Amino acid sequence: MTIQFNDETFRDDYSFKNSDWAIKRFPFPFHEDSYMYSVNMEQHRGGPDGSIYEKRFDVDEHYVSEMRDRAMVLADDPLRCQSLPHMTLAGWDLLELIMVSKSEDYPDLFELHRNGDKWRWVNKPMGIDDSFTFLDEATLPYGPMEYITRQTQGDFCVLDQRDDNLWMDAGMITTQADWSLDFDIGMNFFEWHAPVPLAHEKGIFVRALKFLLSIQQGAPARRLNWTMTVNPLLDTSPENYHKWGIQKTSVTPENIGAKQHLRVELQTFFRLPRSNALVFPIRCYLCCFDDLMSVPKWGRRLHRVIRDLPEELATYKGFIDNRPMMLDYLSAFDDGQPTSMGIWPDRDTEPPLKT
Amino acid sequence: MSGAEKIAVTVTDIVPLNDLVTRFEFKRTDGGLLPTFSGGAHTVVEMRDTSNGGDITRMNPYSLMSDPMDQSAYTISVRRDDEGRGGSLFMHNNVKVGDQMVVSNPVNLFSLDLLAKKHLFLAGGIGITPFLAQIKQLERFNGNWELHYACRNAALGSYVDELTDHYPNATHVYYDDNDQRIDLVNLLDGQPLGTHIYVCGPKGMIDWVRKTAAGEGWPRESIHYEEFLAPQSGKPFEVKLAVSNIVIQVGEQESLLEAIERAGVDAPYLCRGGACGQCETQVIDYTGNFIHRDHWLDDAEHASGDKIMPCVSRFEGKVLVLDR
Repeated sequence: MTIQFNDETFRDDYSFKNSDWAIKRFPFPFHEDSYMYSVNMEQHRGGPDGSIYEKRFDVDEHYVSEMRDRAMVLADDPLRCQSLPHMTLAGWDLLELIMVSKSEDYPDLFELHRNGDKWRWVNKPMGIDDSFTFLDEATLPYGPMEYITRQTQGDFCVLDQRDDNLWMDAGMITTQADWSLDFDIGMNFFEWHAPVPLAHEKGIFVRALKFLLSIQQGAPARRLNWTMTVNPLLDTSPENYHKWGIQKTSVTPENIGAKQHLRVELQTFFRLPRSNALVFPIRCYLCCFDDLMSVPKWGRRLHRVIRDLPEELATYKGFIDNRPMMLDYLSAFDDGQPTSMGIWPDRDTEPPLKT
Repeated sequence: MSGAEKIAVTVTDIVPLNDLVTRFEFKRTDGGLLPTFSGGAHTVVEMRDTSNGGDITRMNPYSLMSDPMDQSAYTISVRRDDEGRGGSLFMHNNVKVGDQMVVSNPVNLFSLDLLAKKHLFLAGGIGITPFLAQIKQLERFNGNWELHYACRNAALGSYVDELTDHYPNATHVYYDDNDQRIDLVNLLDGQPLGTHIYVCGPKGMIDWVRKTAAGEGWPRESIHYEEFLAPQSGKPFEVKLAVSNIVIQVGEQESLLEAIERAGVDAPYLCRGGACGQCETQVIDYTGNFIHRDHWLDDAEHASGDKIMPCVSRFEGKVLVLDR
């Protein structure tokens, strides 16, 4: 399959858009008509053909433009990418994992040629052809983690594992849902999750940490998480809240279908072999309400989920003020018919909207 | 499927090192490369024993001692345990070059702390093996390490010669038969700030090092240890598995975990040596006494009767019902 890469922006004029192909494979995150936190982990070993689950690191039509946006964020704020000194080996682990995975999964787009420590990496969509010596940082233009994550969609937390905990000791974070690497760097799992409401009381994080600590080489895991974003912004960081926070007040009943985006994170977890660290890629997918409503099942379900979501969660996810306007819009797509279980669109079996 | 991912391998070399220890080398049967790993990792070796008309599969963890960067082969060293349930004896007596076996992907429960300014290794006997891989990893990156290795005598000192040849300044060997002892208090006193201690050896040595270091004021997170337990034989007992709704018998020579697996119930595990915590199982009801042997549960949990680690622990009594 050859991907047609979009030329689009995630800022200023917001020319980002999803093709029909991208809408069809959008990771709608609700498997039933309600939502509550859970440790909803499953093995990350492929998925239906063409789905975002199929490859280890999904590449889609937004790839080239997303990498251009990342480069702009880093030019403005280099602290979005940090790696504490003991994490360099984990950075090489990540570089190896991504290069091997992408060259095997997308041989028409990426090539990796290895002769002992002498490696050559070809990234055709970005026009890169670099030769370097594996484990020798002096032969790359950036550190290994920064080098490869400037070429890979999604944010990357590289977590050191020690003392029965995980530590946010390295990362590339430019497409985040309102959290800061520069603030969290060096924190452990409980410290960086401290702001999340309700989940601590439910014991979610104790169980999640236990699960993550035992993720083993060759057996990666995944889950979906979600929030809401006004305008197709990748960089919704605390550092830039003064720029994007105000945009939440620009939503009107007329423009909400185009402006309001469901933001879904495909979170995956891989054990890194040489360092025994854990990498936690957080891949962001955006889809505007208008496009979501083209799938009848998603229209019905999104209305029910947003309507019934506890106030704490709507506040934490940053859309409590706009929720009434969202519900006015969404209720027109909910005719009360039952929905099928699971996240898939089921376009062939779900009935069209009754009007 | 429980446990780490499996790899089909062929035994490519067997080298007896001394009266007790033999080294085994494995390569992938399909000719491909093995996964890299981090120093301190182990692999679980499956030993299918069909001798004497039986069919028993034992799974024992062994530390990987080869260079973590070397993807062509894995090596382990196995100490013969004449008193054990037969896993090491099977390796010594039955395994031949060319045999096909199954090993697990590497799992590391004894990882280097890469924040350490210096790594102080304390090995007892066959406990030397994880350090051999860690030393190779650290040498690749110019890490700062020092090894203190206690063994019975020169004849049983596995890898003493190659360690002292390659790293004469970093290797310190102590022979019990010559009354040589690690002067631990002085050794710890002389370490620079940021040193981490790693100990692997018999239980008595691990307890001694942990207690001494704690007494000298070392932080808990700077002391790392690994001891794999082998399951021990014991009296047969009966267990009800409530979720599966079956009653199974645990034989004298098998572990509770092995008996659960033999009954076709998929139970989680990783290390099978009482260290990793994966096989922790809730006890629903019991009348009798537990024989807890793991390192995972604390004393209060052992006393509570609520949990058991079926890889190494047993039970004596009338009724045992597990949530499995």
